[in-house]
Order: sequence, then C-alpha cells, then structure tokens
Amino acid sequence: MRRLRPGTIVLLACLLVLALLPAFAEKYYVQLFTKIMIMAIFAMSLDLLVGFTGLVSLGHAAFFGLAGYVLAFAAPQYEAANLWLSLPLAMACSGLLALLIGALVLRTSGIYFIMVTLAFAQMVFFLFHDTEFGGGADGIYVYAKPVAAIAGWEPFTLENHVHFYFVVLVLLVLVYAALRMLLASLFGRVIVGIRVNEQRMKSLGYRTFRYKLVCFVLAGVLAGMAGYFAAAQFGFVSPETLGWHQSGSVLMMVILGGMGTLTGAVLGAFAMILLELGLQDLPRIGGLDLAKHWQLFMGGFIVLAVLLLPHGLLGLGQLASKLRRKPVEARDG
Amino acid sequence: MDANTFLIQILNGIQYGLLLFLVASGLTLILGIMGIINLAHGTFYMVGAYLAFSLSQYFGSLWLAMAGGVVIAVAIGLVLEWLLISRLYHRDHLYQVLLTYGLILMFEELRSVVFGDDVHGVAVPEFLRASIPLTETLSYPVYRLWMSAVCLVLAVGMYFLIQKTRLGMIIRAGAANREMVQSLGININLLYRLVFALGVALAAFAGMIAAPVASVFPGMGNQVLIICFVVVVIGGIGSVKGALLAAILIGLVDTFGKVITLEFGGVQLLPQLSGMMVYVLMAVVLLARPEGLFGKRT
Repeated sequence: MRRLRPGTIVLLACLLVLALLPAFAEKYYVQLFTKIMIMAIFAMSLDLLVGFTGLVSLGHAAFFGLAGYVLAFAAPQYEAANLWLSLPLAMACSGLLALLIGALVLRTSGIYFIMVTLAFAQMVFFLFHDTEFGGGADGIYVYAKPVAAIAGWEPFTLENHVHFYFVVLVLLVLVYAALRMLLASLFGRVIVGIRVNEQRMKSLGYRTFRYKLVCFVLAGVLAGMAGYFAAAQFGFVSPETLGWHQSGSVLMMVILGGMGTLTGAVLGAFAMILLELGLQDLPRIGGLDLAKHWQLFMGGFIVLAVLLLPHGLLGLGQLASKLRRKPVEARDG
Repeated sequence: MDANTFLIQILNGIQYGLLLFLVASGLTLILGIMGIINLAHGTFYMVGAYLAFSLSQYFGSLWLAMAGGVVIAVAIGLVLEWLLISRLYHRDHLYQVLLTYGLILMFEELRSVVFGDDVHGVAVPEFLRASIPLTETLSYPVYRLWMSAVCLVLAVGMYFLIQKTRLGMIIRAGAANREMVQSLGININLLYRLVFALGVALAAFAGMIAAPVASVFPGMGNQVLIICFVVVVIGGIGSVKGALLAAILIGLVDTFGKVITLEFGGVQLLPQLSGMMVYVLMAVVLLARPEGLFGKRT
C-alpha cells in the first residue's frame, strides 16, 4: 500500500472531524459550518481561476449571486423548488453568464482583466439593483428550501439542518476531488502552463483562449453551486450577494489560505469567516462599539496579511517545516 | 425633448464627465506610470467630500476648506505611498488589489466612526449660488458651470505638466523604462511618491467640488471608482487624453441614459436600465479595441 503523506493524513483527520461534527455540536455551529463549507466551494472555484490559471477575477460574485436569484425565481412564493431541477438550472445560468462575460473579458489580460471583471459584475449588480423583477435593492426571500423529491420519494430534506450540512459536506468533498482530478489531468497541466507562460503554451500549439474560457465557465458553474446553497440556507437574496464586496472577500479567502492549492482555499474560507465572527464579537470600549466597526480591523488584517503573509496560511506551515528541516540539510551538505 | 432641456442635459453630461476625468486621470496615471492598480482611489474621492464637509463647517468657507483639504489629501497620499504602496511595486497585481481593498474597508469604517452614516450636505458658496435663466421655468446653476470650468483648467494644466515640463518628461520616461530613468540619476522613488500624491489630491479635489451638488454620503467613493475603471478601460491605461475623452463620453451616455425613454417590444429599457449603459459601452469598445481607444497595442 502507498504510504500516506502527512498532508493527506491531516486532511483525512479534518474530514473525519467535519463528518462527526453534527453528532456533538449545537445547531448554531452546524449551520455556521454549513455556511463556511459553502464559501469554501466558492473559494475553490475562484482559486481555479486565480491560483491555477492566473486569471485574477474581481467579479466572481456575479455567478454566485445569479444562482441565488435563479433559486428565488424557481421557488414562487411559499412554494418550494425541486432541488433536482433548480440546482442544475441555477448552475447552468451561472455558466451561461460566465460564458458571455468570459468571452469578452478574456480578450484582455493583466490589470485590464481585473478592472473589466469588476465592471461586468457591477453591470449584473445594477441589472438586479435597478429593476423590479428581482425585488430591486431590497432583494427577495426564498421562503421554502428546495425539496429533494424524486417521484414522491425524498431521500433527504434540506429543512433539516443536519441533512443540509451533510449535503454540503458531500458536495465539498466531490468538488474538491473533481478539481484535484481535473488539475492532475492534461487539461490541468495546460492551464497551469498558461499561468506560468502563456506564450510558450501558444507556441506549443494550445489554443489558450479556449482553455481559459473553459476554466472561466467551470469556475462560474461551481460558484453558482455555492451561491444556490447559500441562498437556500440564508433564505434571502439581495444585490449585495453579487456585489464587489462579496468578490473581494472571496478573493481574500483564496489568498489568505494560500492560492494555487485547493486546501488553501478551503482553509482560507474557514479562517476568514471565523475571523469575521471573532471581530463581530469585539467588546465596547468607552463610547466606541468595536464590534459595529469590525470592518476596520478586517481591513487592517487584510493589509497586514498582504505585507506579512505573501504565501498565505499554508505558506506559514511550509515555512515552519522548512525551518525544521534545515539542520538536517546542513549536516548532509 | 426640446432644445433647452437638451442643452441642460449636454451641460450636465459634460460636467459629470469632467468630474469623472479628475478621478480617472489620477487612476490612469498611477496605473500607467507606477503599474499599481489602486482600488482605494474612489475612497480618496469620498475623503475629499468629507473633508469639504467638515472643514467648511470649521472654517466657515468652502474655499479655505478646499485649500486645507488639498494639503491634507497630498499628505495622505505621501504617507500611504511611503508606508504601504511602495512595498507593492514588485508584487503581483493580485496583492495590490487586496491591499487597496483592505484600505477601502479601513477608510470606510473610519468615516463611519468619525462622521457616522448619515447623508450630509455642503452649501454652495455665496457668489456662485445664482442660476442662469434659460426659459421661464428652466435655469442652469452657475456652480455647475464653475465646476466644469475648474475641471477644464485642471485638465489643461495636467496636459501642460505632463507634455511640456521637465517633471512631466521624467514622468513619461519613468512610465516607459523605470530602470533607465533610475540609472540616469533620477530618484524614481520620489517621483512615484509625487505621482501617487498628485493622484490622491486630484481625486480628493473632485470629491470636494462635487460635495455641494452630489451631497456627502457613505459608499460614494466605490460608485465613482468602478465608473472610473470603465473610463480607464475605454480610454486606455496611462493615457490622460484617453481618460478625458472617455470620461466625457461616459458622462454624456450616463446622463442621457437617464432621461431618454426607450422601449423594445413593450419592455421599457431606458431609463430603467440606465445604470448598465456605460458597461454596454465598455463591452462594445472591448470587442473593437481591447486595449482601449488610446492604449498601446501589445
């Protein structure tokens, strides 16, 4: 049998903890971890673009938010949508939007790409913000969670928070595994090659535009999956879910964890949301309510993280193991 | 739409465009010369507006407030470049995005701590309070004309600075080849610091003169930032001339998008979707010229 690497063992241990969590945790924590895992899927989808293909998108929330709106439209008032129909529909809509936007934005690169993705996401934001059909600036409620019925038989119900938790956990593992396989395939090698040197990939005969577009659409579809479950859990969608603060914070998750690794994106999602909660719990000092102004500390944290943690939290671990190995190398040399 | 309304909308569009130009020109210079993507640029616009609001109350005069505000804005620009931005020159754009995003959160929250979350107004200075009557019912405020004039003067001044002075020559050379300029004995770090401070001052000044007509409110900077990205994309990165043309174009498109009624198949498109118009324009430009109207083809 192949020996398991330490990283894999840690990963499996984390998975075991996550699988056992509902057995001992209160409802609040189960729901919190559901939310974190949804954001982890979202972060992984962005990591596919930022960390692997080298495309820094600042408009990724557009696909996340759109899928939420699709769920809201698919569930007319007080009536639940069917999961097996509305989930693929939502993901397809996000994918279609990603195809449309991607075909345009991938004509640019570098700084332009960042600005243009932001601008197009903002266009989608205004589409929902300024028009009535999506509830305008107020957003709309998703009154009932989607039902997972196949011809009358219901394998699980999302109204139950533990069921919801396990559905999301299974999806997280599936998305992680699928992306791992994708990245290990020739396709994965090509997109990493594009990040490192696009000209070289072109001269090798790869049509890099197509590869980038496929990545962009795939990332959009996965962001849609996350957005669908976020809307189902929260029961509410508003233009803010497509806004650029959402795009910024998911980008922060990817960087914080350490981009270019899927585990980094997941780690980043956990770290960011737990940090956010911690900051919202800050005490009141004198006349100043620190918890109300938690974003001040979040901003400061982001600035410091960029300056001090260039390789994210995972980079911290690698640094530690490098330091530990040093004496051995010195002896060998 | 009669001729007078048309004239008013043209003036409004140009005035809005010129205001955008002030913010976008700093953004495009910082991008083109320093290679820094600065998300916090819109925040400086907001800082300017809040400075105008607080200082005009303190001094009792908008003019003194503007003078003091520009000094403070330059100081903010110098300190930020020295403390944070200068560490980003050799880093990927991604980190520039994140750091400046962090700055937005901090500035926005500091604003909330100091000024609260209410909407404030700033009074138009006494002698600009008049309106020019066009017809019996329509008139055009002098302050808006004054705004356009000031922006135009600044635009000409910037053209002169960049094209005709020694400093401008160094700035242009620095954009073309940083190492070469440095090896000719020019302190490029100081030059970058000045360019950044100039950009901050321009954005803040735009916020100050806009404060009396646009009011002062939370989040006002982000709205401007994203429109200015569109301006820079359409005009071409680093091109001040492109920024001017694109800004006026967008000012007009945005203004007319809000007053023209357009229906298609019974569905009202404009002004309902006027917020999207500028992005549609950007999409068209991207299809035709991905590098922008005045950008360098790569």
